[in-house]
Amino acid sequence: MAETKRVVERPLSPHLQIYRPQLTSITSILTRITGNALIVAAFLIVWWLLAASSGPEYFATANAVVTGWFGDLVLSLSVWALWYHYFAGLRHLYFDAGKGLEVQTAETLGWVIIIGSVCMTLFTLIVI
Amino acid sequence: MRYLTARKRAEGKGASHTGTEHHWKMQVSAAGLAVLVPTFVFLFGSTIGGTYEEVTADLTSPFLVILTALVLVVGMQHFAQGCKMAIEDYTQGSLRKGLIMLVFGLSYAITATGLFALAKLAL
Repeated sequence: MAETKRVVERPLSPHLQIYRPQLTSITSILTRITGNALIVAAFLIVWWLLAASSGPEYFATANAVVTGWFGDLVLSLSVWALWYHYFAGLRHLYFDAGKGLEVQTAETLGWVIIIGSVCMTLFTLIVI
Repeated sequence: MRYLTARKRAEGKGASHTGTEHHWKMQVSAAGLAVLVPTFVFLFGSTIGGTYEEVTADLTSPFLVILTALVLVVGMQHFAQGCKMAIEDYTQGSLRKGLIMLVFGLSYAITATGLFALAKLAL
């Protein structure tokens, strides 16, 4: 009986610890992080709305937090997270349509998301 | 003989166990938010920072109130579904179930609270 040991070359899943960070992977991970992080802003704004609907005293308390340094910090970062997630989401829909999947195009789109989100954040913070 | 078609036997056996339903939900809500969010950011953003009188006056505008309600409902559903996907990626078993229940409960609570506040301010 001839037994030959077959060595099967199975593909390894990418080990995140030693995986070289790439623009495409980083922008993808950031999409998830920004999307989930936006719950903080949602919570803050709904609390602020509830306070406004309760009366002037409660509004003064919530408004002091929301327009104070803590609120300014959270909401400014959230504006960036929102625009980032917005552009990344549009890219996702574009990818889902089977377009823009060539490495060069995907990397260019990554830069579009980063630069676009920073520009829109600055624009938003200046306008409002 | 089992009266099962080949399709019926295959359904639910993929990694997600649900087919493409979840992905489709995310695409639909994403497209909706793509329209709603830019207007919301600039309109609602300029309301924040006003005095009590200014804020309560702004939030009687039907357009702003309906827009905010839509962003709240669609946005929180989009969040809950997206967060569910992340939970399913990183956890298993009872922890997974518990976290999904927690996220959906939180999303519904935030939506209900926001809608209550909007209704009270608008009417």
